[in-house]
Amino acid sequence: MATTVLDHAETHAHAKTGLWSWITTVDHKRIGILYGATAFLFFLIGGLEALLLRIQLGSPNNTFLSADTYNQLFTMHGTTMIFLAVMPISAMYFNFMIPLQIGARDVAFPRLNAFSYWVFLFGGLFLNISFLFHAAPNAGWFGYANLTTRPYSPGPNVDFWVIGLQTLGIASLAAAVNFFVTIINLRGPGMKLMRMPMFVWMSFITQILLLLAFPVITVALIMLMFDRVFHTMFFTVAGGGDPQLWQHLFWIFGHPEVYILILPAFGIVSEILPVFSRKPLFGYAAMVFSGAFIAFLGFGVWAHHMFATGMGPIADSFFAISTMLIAVPTGVKIFNWIGTIWGGSIQLKTPMYFALAFIAMFIMGGLSGVMHASPPADLQQTDTYFVVAHFHYVLFGGSIFALTAGAYYWFPKMFGKMLSESLGKVHFWLMLIGFNLTFMPMHFVGLNGMPRRVYTYPAGLGFELLNRLETIGAFILAVAMLVFVYNIWKSLRSPVPAPADPWNGATLEWAIPSPPQEFNFAEIPTVHSRDPLWEAKRARGGPLPEPALVSGKGIHMPNPSFWPLVTAIGVITTLTGFLVGFPYVNLVGAAILLTGIFSWAFEPAG
Amino acid sequence: MHMPTTTGLDSRKMAIWTFIGSECLFFASLISTYMVYRGKSLTGPYPHDSWVNPANGETVKGILNIPLTSFSTFVLLMSSFAVVLALYGAQRGKRGMLIGWLSATMVGGAIFLGGQVYEFNHFVHEGLTLHTNLFGSTFFTLTGFHGGHVTVGLIWLGTVLVTAIRGKLPPEKALNLEIAALYWHFVDVIWIIIFTLIYLIK
Repeated sequence: MATTVLDHAETHAHAKTGLWSWITTVDHKRIGILYGATAFLFFLIGGLEALLLRIQLGSPNNTFLSADTYNQLFTMHGTTMIFLAVMPISAMYFNFMIPLQIGARDVAFPRLNAFSYWVFLFGGLFLNISFLFHAAPNAGWFGYANLTTRPYSPGPNVDFWVIGLQTLGIASLAAAVNFFVTIINLRGPGMKLMRMPMFVWMSFITQILLLLAFPVITVALIMLMFDRVFHTMFFTVAGGGDPQLWQHLFWIFGHPEVYILILPAFGIVSEILPVFSRKPLFGYAAMVFSGAFIAFLGFGVWAHHMFATGMGPIADSFFAISTMLIAVPTGVKIFNWIGTIWGGSIQLKTPMYFALAFIAMFIMGGLSGVMHASPPADLQQTDTYFVVAHFHYVLFGGSIFALTAGAYYWFPKMFGKMLSESLGKVHFWLMLIGFNLTFMPMHFVGLNGMPRRVYTYPAGLGFELLNRLETIGAFILAVAMLVFVYNIWKSLRSPVPAPADPWNGATLEWAIPSPPQEFNFAEIPTVHSRDPLWEAKRARGGPLPEPALVSGKGIHMPNPSFWPLVTAIGVITTLTGFLVGFPYVNLVGAAILLTGIFSWAFEPAG
Repeated sequence: MHMPTTTGLDSRKMAIWTFIGSECLFFASLISTYMVYRGKSLTGPYPHDSWVNPANGETVKGILNIPLTSFSTFVLLMSSFAVVLALYGAQRGKRGMLIGWLSATMVGGAIFLGGQVYEFNHFVHEGLTLHTNLFGSTFFTLTGFHGGHVTVGLIWLGTVLVTAIRGKLPPEKALNLEIAALYWHFVDVIWIIIFTLIYLIK
């Protein structure tokens, strides 16, 4: 294929710009950036919600928020952080990095990828629009029936939640099919399964979890919606229905969901630690299989969220043992990370700071997780702040620290600019201190009996000081985020371009310019080992030359399309009909949906 | 447009298999719900047992019409057979065979759907709706979503049929029919499970 070296101006003349090019884009890198930008905004919204909650809890008998507003805020904080922040930030990395790391020009279905993004965007907007009507979801992110059935939640709040989540599920499932096929089918020559970067492996396992877990919540949400709209009896006790069925279905989805949130983080950390230790990942095969084992066990532990429902000694024992068993493959991973650093030539750059903090924070969250696995202990801890402390140590201390590590690590590749190291370290220390100040005291107030999800507490129970500290910690976290935003803003405006390989990386994304050209690789690379770039540098006896920008002439790329957007509008309109204007709005939505699908199917894909 | 793939399998074929794997969990959740609530209805009509309506003292027999549904089940399974022959025709460029058997597939699917519409209508007249009892809620939801899948399959196969009639389905594009056929087979296999659990096991 023709690959002539171009001068800078000529390459820029070819770059497609403008709003329309973003609306119709099917480029996995642009879709990745759209995912990242949207998810980061939702992350900031979710963080603001948390700040309001912390202000309310900063002092006893506070009236800053009403009980109803508090319910809406904690429900939206959880829903936002899980479905609109951590999952789509992971999706940003799936989008941008998986094709680059496996040596592909795009994902298997570029238009389906765009469709996933638009549906995600509409689902997120739909959930948040509820605030304008002061009718945000208010029954918790777990939406327990029969609290969520019509008699106990008569307003539209839960409808927003049901329809929003259903929409986000469609986005996740479409993306999961896409990435599953991409990873199996679009690997470059020599990229055998056991040579794939660990991030690709963990993403692959995450897609399997998405494919198997999301249909279950889809069905649960359908049944809840039918109970609310068509008066079915799935969770209606008066008709013989059993609200506990909701809990089972929700947690059969919900527990794999927490591995959907953490496995991509595991993958990111497994990329960063070797690069900044100048050592290959220790125990590669053990890392792959422990990840797969965690995912497998993840489907057999759901009822540890339900010990308090009184399932009896046999079910309690089964779920206690299967839960404790998960500590084994997780421990394997932690020891392998430590083994990777051990004896390495450690480079303390910002991504490494966050990755190391991830290990420490995740261990703390993991340990309190093992404590919950024991039903007698869990009965004391359940519904207290101890649980809130636990899952923030794994989801914030774990997922968010790792995703931030990934941001500092991959930002140069995505945007062609380096983030500031000094601001990065300020960000790191503020975030580490703020995080621990916010969540460490929750262990103690929790064990002392402070219940979760309650909007205030009386004075004199010994909760005041620790809650005040937590609120101060939350504000330190907010400052940390401002530093991060400033860092991003500053580096995007910086005129200094990032090199193709700023960190002495081992994987294929560092072989191409930063940011990559539309077609990624002028020539698809052939891979001979797990660390192809390190191998190439060894063979050359030093760093590789800066890759040149080349003309993409003769490289066939998919055409842009706006039908994914139309189809996504069809999806959200159809589902909105269950909240307003049933069945006419649904029919209009179905018509848009069909138009979108048929136009999509018959347009030339390029 | 077909790039060489790592496995040699077309990505669209792999995607439909992946989707079918995911759909298994969708139906597994609906079917499990049906099974969990089997026999838990507080009031009739019941699927197999008769029931005396306290409002008018009338006896309503088990509401399921097993011979009728057995017939429509048979027709649906035969449509799976027909789509295999249609695919055979598509792959070998036998246009008459492709169009004939694909039409037969669609007729089979349409008869099945017609049977379901008749059945739903009949049940509503007998006093069984989504909110009569747990049987009504679980039965209509499970079989309704299956019927929805059959409808999607019919639209999909119909689209392929139109392209075939317009002469735009040469053997090298037989995959367009194959992936639709895989989905169709899946919908049929799910129905075998549903039919057995709802209609055959008392």
